[in-house]
Amino acid sequence: MQHNVYLYILIMAAVTYLVRMLPLAILRKPIHNRYFKSFLYYVPYVSLSVMTFPEILYCTGSPVLGAIALALSIAMSFIGLSLPLTAGISCLAVFVANLI
Amino acid sequence: MKECSRISFLKGLKDAVPIMLGYFAVSFTLGINAAQNGLTWYQAGLMSFLNHTSAGQAAAIRMIASGDSYLSLALSQLVINLRYMLMSTALALKLRPDTSMGERLGMSYIISDEIFGISIMQKAPISAWYSIGAMTAASPGWVLGTILGAVMGNVLPASITTALSVALYAMFIAVIFPPVKQDPILAAVIAASMASSWLFDVLPPFRQLSFGFKVIILTIALSALFAFIRPLPEDTEATDAA
Repeated sequence: MQHNVYLYILIMAAVTYLVRMLPLAILRKPIHNRYFKSFLYYVPYVSLSVMTFPEILYCTGSPVLGAIALALSIAMSFIGLSLPLTAGISCLAVFVANLI
Repeated sequence: MKECSRISFLKGLKDAVPIMLGYFAVSFTLGINAAQNGLTWYQAGLMSFLNHTSAGQAAAIRMIASGDSYLSLALSQLVINLRYMLMSTALALKLRPDTSMGERLGMSYIISDEIFGISIMQKAPISAWYSIGAMTAASPGWVLGTILGAVMGNVLPASITTALSVALYAMFIAVIFPPVKQDPILAAVIAASMASSWLFDVLPPFRQLSFGFKVIILTIALSALFAFIRPLPEDTEATDAA
């Protein structure tokens, strides 16, 4: 490691902060373009879906455990359970299923 | 702090408790990884305190260990974290119009997949204080998890860390699925997104793409596609439905 670790950390922090900050600091006026608004409406659903699947199958090291957590959390969110309950019960189910 | 800001702050604080737990589990493994790659616990903790980005930090730890240039580290963070710019844009357009510059700079401290996920689902116009409350609860989980991981290594039994690793994803699901009942096309959006994400992981030309790049490409392509297939009705506030 011939470079300075702290300089690395500060550089990555600056880049990451700018990426997050610029739109929030600059965008003020509502955008009325129908297609752009529709685009933004779909962004959270697409990005969170892409991040969740298939990662949930890999993260436990066992696709079966991941599939159990996936099916269970979908069922619970349709019933209308809260975020903490859905997450907690999924963890518990994986813990128990892992013991079996 | 105004009364409505205080209420938003407390709601964010409460909603983000599972994020704190999920963060703890993820950053714990990140801390172990940092220590294995030659970072001290305070360097790993400082990186977590200033970044809060699992994919970005995982990449950075490897790049620092192999002595990559400062420029390539900066570029990697720009690419991997570019999705935060989309998220920040979506949040900026749903914010209360009277949100001050200070509040905007403050809530920019952590726009992560998770904080964004719960913030964007609030009823518009949203308060910056909801996100600030959420990060106040979540950040200690991230920073302390990293430090503990770096210091103590594998103290928790694998059965527990394995179980905790699904928490974040279960939460994402609890965020994206309930609105399907109001707007059934979202079922198609979620199915198409998950299927494409899986295809990108197995098909040879796409397999080389980083996680961050995959998220950027699919988010832009599929959101644009669905905006074209099924634009929101004219005169409808896009922000009300999300």
